[in-house]
Amino acid sequence: MNTSETAVSPSTSILPNGSGVAAILAAGIGSFVLAVLAFAGDKSVAVKSSLVFYKPTGALSGVTTTAILVWLFTWGILEWRWGKKTIAAGRVIAVAFVLLGLSLLLTFPPVVDLF
Amino acid sequence: MEITMRSLWTLIHGMGFGALYLLACSGALVELYRFTISAAPAEPTPGQERFLKGYMFAMVVLAWAAVLTGAYVIYPWYRAAAPPGTADLSMFPQRLLMSSPTTIDWHSLGMEWKEHVAWFAPISITMAAFVVIKYGRDLKHHRQLRTAVLSFTLVSFLAAGIAGFFGAMINKYAPVQGGHTLQLSHGEEK
Repeated sequence: MNTSETAVSPSTSILPNGSGVAAILAAGIGSFVLAVLAFAGDKSVAVKSSLVFYKPTGALSGVTTTAILVWLFTWGILEWRWGKKTIAAGRVIAVAFVLLGLSLLLTFPPVVDLF
Repeated sequence: MEITMRSLWTLIHGMGFGALYLLACSGALVELYRFTISAAPAEPTPGQERFLKGYMFAMVVLAWAAVLTGAYVIYPWYRAAAPPGTADLSMFPQRLLMSSPTTIDWHSLGMEWKEHVAWFAPISITMAAFVVIKYGRDLKHHRQLRTAVLSFTLVSFLAAGIAGFFGAMINKYAPVQGGHTLQLSHGEEK
């Protein structure tokens, strides 16, 4: 990923875009992890059982808790790496959109049933 | 007039958090759209900026409140297993829906989709709110960020809309009910 240190002149106070790009990509990754776990739980009884963190809610508890932890962890790492930098945002945001689109597809039951 | 505790929680989840979130989301989409399509967005006043940040933060709270009450308060009542031989499935909404070919898809399509897609709403709006709050008026210098925030907010709205639609329909065909009954008022006999 092309990154560069921020070029901010003293007369302006434009924040580098890295922090925003990190949040966007992390949201895409978090959504995708949630969708993949939901898909895996639907296809495998063993995975489904392992995702039962809270019995009354069933596998949904593990799917969402794991996805949220991965999302927040990824966000933290990306923020640490990119937070103070200006990033070539186009490609990263495109990846986030693709991940979000795939997430929507993977949670749609007729699509899940194709596999 | 009375309401059961489970019905009250369903009301809080759906009408309190979910519907309010959808309303708030539609307002945010209009504002973010105006801000995004402009090549040189107008400078917001400090008051407007504060309001937008507070508005986005309130949306984050509503979105998380909706999914957490849905998953951890109402969903366990919805998916409760009926004891073997139970004839009256009215207290077991999932089993009730699955007991008839005319209603089974409200579970196998509706709930199966809703229970997962709903979570994209808080994840997306948390990101959008973070960017709006962090960048504030500086966001006018970041067109790509503005576009991404608008797109994720739109997905958040769609996800919440799908969840809300199926939630309402499922509760119509197999309402979550039971628990303590709360007396709201005592009607007079005519």
